[in-house]
Amino acid sequence: MSILTGEHITKILTDLGITHVVWIPDSTLGEWDSAFRAAESLQVINVCREGETWEIAAGLHLGGANPIVIIQCTGLFESGDSLRNVLHDYQIPIFAIIGYRSYLSQETLPGDTCLKFTEPILDAWNVDYRFIDTAEKVDQLEEHYRSCQQKQIPGVILLAEGKA
Amino acid sequence: MTSDHAISLVESLQVLADLRTDEVVVTTMGAAREWVKICNHPLDFVMVPSSMGQASSVGLGIALARPDKQVIVCNGDGSMLMNLGSLITISTQAPKNFALLIFDNGMYEVTGGQATPASTGLRGEKCSVQFDELASVCGFGTVQVFKTLDEWQSGAKEFLAQPGPICGVLKTAPVSGNVSPKSPGPAKQRALNFKEALAADS
Repeated sequence: MSILTGEHITKILTDLGITHVVWIPDSTLGEWDSAFRAAESLQVINVCREGETWEIAAGLHLGGANPIVIIQCTGLFESGDSLRNVLHDYQIPIFAIIGYRSYLSQETLPGDTCLKFTEPILDAWNVDYRFIDTAEKVDQLEEHYRSCQQKQIPGVILLAEGKA
Repeated sequence: MTSDHAISLVESLQVLADLRTDEVVVTTMGAAREWVKICNHPLDFVMVPSSMGQASSVGLGIALARPDKQVIVCNGDGSMLMNLGSLITISTQAPKNFALLIFDNGMYEVTGGQATPASTGLRGEKCSVQFDELASVCGFGTVQVFKTLDEWQSGAKEFLAQPGPICGVLKTAPVSGNVSPKSPGPAKQRALNFKEALAADS
């Protein structure tokens, strides 16, 4: 179960002026799907592989839209070269929410190596991220997004997840 | 290389440049290398450097953000293989203003001409992968193969006028010599310039 309900995250994204959600749902963030699709102001773009997300979001940004990327940390691992190209070559200020698999529970995947690699890889890609692992920290999402937009830099919210 | 790959890349791009008015054109790899020699338009997005294969995804994003603008993506066959899933993502979104051109020379030209896994060079003549068939089964409504320059010259305008998403496969001959694409300038500034030009064109 996600720290944020679908209705809550949809309201946050809507308030921030997000126009497009570019994503692949995982077993936790997937709970948001119906709320996203019910929101008239959000266009949802499901991709086949996470590398597409950063580049589609880049195209949307270049076209004047305000997209957000939502993927699991496994998708972060997969999509590194696209992230590098968009965030570092072209320095396009894309914002993302990345689900941190197994952080809150390793019941289904004991010893999940996502816990070993996620934060070092975000550090390696030099992405400014904030970590949210409790409901009390959810306000950081909006704060970090606004801060990154003001600076015109990319940003990430790393969102703790439970069972895989 | 088979005689199927008969069209000159440069000449095929010149046909597109001659037809082009105010469309967005996204180029990458070999197509980008040649496009910058024949065209310099504010609505060109030359994707060098790239994450190989992602030009189709960038083009999709632009097309969805700006449904009033025709977006033409000039991709290679090797690049297409790197992002085949994008064919499905594109057809699911189904932007009417999106055209994908695949310049299929059967090889990784910019790395020295190695055969791709889809080509006859590795698979044999009878089982080469046909990108038009891939695009069709992935949901592109209009798909057309151009095997000669005459076919492309006579058919390009009508083809590009079809509602998207459309996919054209051009059987191009490989280019030899200095084949590495070169960035036409600082990437960040080019992205900013392109964004501003696209915003101004509304």
